[in-house]
Amino acid sequence: MDMPIPNILIWFIFLLPLASFVLISFFTKPILKKPRLSGYLTIGAVAGSLTLSIWTLISILRAEGHELVIPDFNWLTINGVINIQVGLVMDTLTAVMLIVVTTVSLMVQIYSQGYMHSDPGYHRYYAFMSLFTASMLGLVMVNNLLLMYVFWELVGLCSYLLIGFWFHKPEAAKAAKKAFIVTRIGDFGFLAAILLLFSQTGTLDIAQIHSLALTGAIGGTILMWAAIGIFLGAVGKSAQFPLHVWLPDAMEGPTPVSALIHAATMVAAGVFLVARMFPIFEHSPDALLIVATIGGFTAIFAASMGLVMNDIKRVLAYSTVSQLGYMMLGLGTGGVAIGIIHLFNHAFFKALLFLGAGSINHATGTFDMRRMGGLRKVMPWTYFTFLIASLSISGIWPLAGFWSKDEILVSTFDSQPVLFYLAMATVFMTAFYMFRVVFLTFGGKYRGGTSSQTDTRPHESPMVMIIPMVILSVLAICSGWFNVTGDFGHLLGHGAEHGFIEGFFGILTHPLPWISLIMAFAGILLAYAIYSKNWISATKVRKFFSPIHTMFFRKYWMDELYEDIIGEKILNKGIFARLKLFDSKLVDGAVNGVAEAVMTMGRAIRQVQTGQLQLYGIFIILGVLAIAIGLILWG
Amino acid sequence: MNLEPILPELTLAITTIVVILLDLFIQKKVWLTVISLAGIAVATGFAVTLWGENPQTIFNNLLVIDNFAVFFKILLLVIVALVLLASRDYVSKLRRFQGEYHALVLLAAIGMMLMAAGTDLISIFVSLELSAIAFYALVGFLKDDRSTEASLKFILLGGIASAVLLFGMALTFGFTGKTQLAEIAQVIQQMSPEVLLASSGLILGLVLMIAGFGFKIAAAPFQMWVPDVYEGAPTPVTLYLSVGSKIAGFAVILRVFFSAFGSPESLSQDWGLVFAVLSAIGMTLGNIIAIHQANIKRMLAYSSIAHSGYIMIGLAAVGLTPIGDFTGQSFILFYVIAFALADLAAFIAVIVISNKLNSDLIKDYAGIGKRAPVLAAVLTLSLISLIGLPPTAGFLAKFYIFTGAAGSGLLWLVIVAVINSVISVYYYLRVVKVMWLGEPMFEGKIPSSNATKFSLAICCSGILLLGIVPVVIMQIVETAASSLSF
Repeated sequence: MDMPIPNILIWFIFLLPLASFVLISFFTKPILKKPRLSGYLTIGAVAGSLTLSIWTLISILRAEGHELVIPDFNWLTINGVINIQVGLVMDTLTAVMLIVVTTVSLMVQIYSQGYMHSDPGYHRYYAFMSLFTASMLGLVMVNNLLLMYVFWELVGLCSYLLIGFWFHKPEAAKAAKKAFIVTRIGDFGFLAAILLLFSQTGTLDIAQIHSLALTGAIGGTILMWAAIGIFLGAVGKSAQFPLHVWLPDAMEGPTPVSALIHAATMVAAGVFLVARMFPIFEHSPDALLIVATIGGFTAIFAASMGLVMNDIKRVLAYSTVSQLGYMMLGLGTGGVAIGIIHLFNHAFFKALLFLGAGSINHATGTFDMRRMGGLRKVMPWTYFTFLIASLSISGIWPLAGFWSKDEILVSTFDSQPVLFYLAMATVFMTAFYMFRVVFLTFGGKYRGGTSSQTDTRPHESPMVMIIPMVILSVLAICSGWFNVTGDFGHLLGHGAEHGFIEGFFGILTHPLPWISLIMAFAGILLAYAIYSKNWISATKVRKFFSPIHTMFFRKYWMDELYEDIIGEKILNKGIFARLKLFDSKLVDGAVNGVAEAVMTMGRAIRQVQTGQLQLYGIFIILGVLAIAIGLILWG
Repeated sequence: MNLEPILPELTLAITTIVVILLDLFIQKKVWLTVISLAGIAVATGFAVTLWGENPQTIFNNLLVIDNFAVFFKILLLVIVALVLLASRDYVSKLRRFQGEYHALVLLAAIGMMLMAAGTDLISIFVSLELSAIAFYALVGFLKDDRSTEASLKFILLGGIASAVLLFGMALTFGFTGKTQLAEIAQVIQQMSPEVLLASSGLILGLVLMIAGFGFKIAAAPFQMWVPDVYEGAPTPVTLYLSVGSKIAGFAVILRVFFSAFGSPESLSQDWGLVFAVLSAIGMTLGNIIAIHQANIKRMLAYSSIAHSGYIMIGLAAVGLTPIGDFTGQSFILFYVIAFALADLAAFIAVIVISNKLNSDLIKDYAGIGKRAPVLAAVLTLSLISLIGLPPTAGFLAKFYIFTGAAGSGLLWLVIVAVINSVISVYYYLRVVKVMWLGEPMFEGKIPSSNATKFSLAICCSGILLLGIVPVVIMQIVETAASSLSF
């Protein structure tokens, strides 16, 4: 692949999965009646996208990180009035995201061949997954805010459809609705920011907006509000406090969906958005501080809830929220490279954790860790890969998570000491809750699974599920090594921590990594003491910390706050009830009145159409006369 | 002399004769359709080779072959082909006169293609009559009461319209001494604006021509014939009238008014304003009356009147825009294609469904979504395009026309048009609602022939193509529009 990738092929990166979606929806099921083809189609399309993405990345690396110039396509042009162009941006940031999305997507699609094998909605599942992959790839590739917003909403739509994939389950339907509505609050901020920027600059082209921001053509206050609006969108999508409530519920969807959408890619779109629009944030220190603070707070806040959950997927969900908080913290304190490299590493180990949870569920029929245990012997592959991912997320040297997490810690240490302590505490909590999961699930004795399970002996999952997990576990070990010299971060532009990362072993000459390693090992040790050896009784600990435990377990009562107090009492019974009066009396009255008037008019005018020829002729003559007189009088 | 420029029309003429003669000998009448289609295909091939050439005039400047004419010729040929494909099921019910049916359809096509190329009032009138007379016969083809009544009404009113048009042409000739559009333009430009506007003879000629052509394109108040004729005529003929005849009408209007009366501005603003007023009346009338129609063919007839109104917004904008800018013209051409595709798809679906149901009533369409999901989906898509919602061609067509008009200072007309579009949503979506949410009265799938499926596939992909990647068509349309001379 010496040759740089041709421009036309770059378009195919997102057109391939889109074609797969169209073919599955309109062709394989309705016409060919072969739903089985859908899986192969999707896998083939995503594999094609992955190949092209790798080629793109190589081309960019050969160009030493300079972005590839791709000519825009004029979509809608009206001379001098409107000129909407469709274009792609192909820089290192995009290339990295493409690799993340296509790799994880491919692994998840292959895994789903096993996991969704006998599901009646098999072809629908693959249609949605193709559409999601296409939209996510479009989102990271476009160079224009309007189209980005379109794809932003499309991934939201796919998320909604896939969370509610088993829509016959009331919880799934409810969770899908919740995800859609909560993220919509954030989207409003994003849309407002787009409109604000457009009204100030007259363009939607991201590069142009950036250069205007750099030259100072946009006012400081405007930039700050635009940044806050964009960040609000990111908060919704990336489930940051206070809009984090939808992500744990989103676990009602099929587990591969959680791995792809709610761990590796879509939830990271918020982080990507901030990175893409970073020049705007850079010129507004207040906005950057907000990003860092929300991120740092979310990291520890979500981790605290992850400590006590019994459902394995919910622990992983809170862990995702917490890690996304880390990325925001990295963006807010260090810049694009630091946040995005953590996104890159996180995508692999978190997807792997979810696939592991899916594999366990496949074996035991439950997600409740109280009914698992002892799976290490029966599911060696799952155990082994899950353990690697857990070590990676805990930040153990030399696994992937270690490298990017420590960079975030360093950049925080330099600028925001308070947030640094929070982040350090989170390291401890992360290691603890992850190994709580490991010991509860794989250690001890088997505690039964679901009683309805006819085959009571759990078994290892089929190879089609194991292989993607093994590939991901390789990435969970070594995806961080790309950046051991800091070069990779350098290509992403903004300030990677040079002088800190100085090679594979060199990093261990600094004190900070040792502190974080000690914190992580302490967390693992505590989990070992409580959940593996019972040196400390879990029940006693729970009793001792009873009020705090309840607070964590009830998720700080935020669901109750949102649903009962804000949703029901303030909005529904308060504001909406009053608006309804206004609506039913005034608005409906006006609407029905106008409609009635139009209908009556139609009935009256229709009478003229009598079918009589003479009348028609007269109308022609009258028409001519009216026009002639009109023209002579007013012309 | 060089016949190459009119080879498309000649091919069709030869095909017409062949079809009439063959009808006497062959038993399997499906061959008539095949031969007609083959003739159309050859004619289209000839037309395509003419695309992009420099304009050339033939027959002593009676006809011109420029990109504008070739564009309309190709468009009309495609429409005729689709009409014949759609007629297949319908015509097979006629035991006799199938040859005549095909011949008349082809003759009308020749007339309309010549209309698009006419540069002289005389050639325009003759070709217009050629197509009109073929249509009179086609409308009465069913020979039942309604069809005959429709045909008679059409002949009489068409006669009045022709007389009005001819009178207008005569006045124009009397005033300028010329019948050539280019020469008329010269004479007019040499006069001072005051003299020009005081010459009521010319103004009256203009008004009468607007009325005459307005009859063709179903512009209110010259549209009274439309519902009765559309309802009574065989449905493929209705389709042909609604799409082909109207498009040819707009081609002639664009050429005549732009080439002959395009300057000075004071004159073009006059007719621009007339078209603006006619457009407002047409849209409003068409949409409001369509609400109450129980018969889908009548509903589509009023919808077609309303769409003529929308296209006339473009004409008004052309009249008011300073000369030299062809944007307005290209928007009209774009709209014409978008309308043709959507109307074709809608009518073809209606032909198949109504044939099976033996009814044109909207209420009988209940549950069609279950009995013929593909046809119902096609009809839904075409109605959505007629409403003008994305991602269909209709959306961008309206968007272009409205933007162009707003740029020419016709904001009031755009507001009227937008209100009208909202009204139209009601009666279009009512059909959609009945089809998908109603309970079917009978069980059983509604079959459709391969010819129908093929033509529907063409229309639907066109609707989506124009709606999603308009640039491709926009370039063709701009080339066609910019060859209009004045």
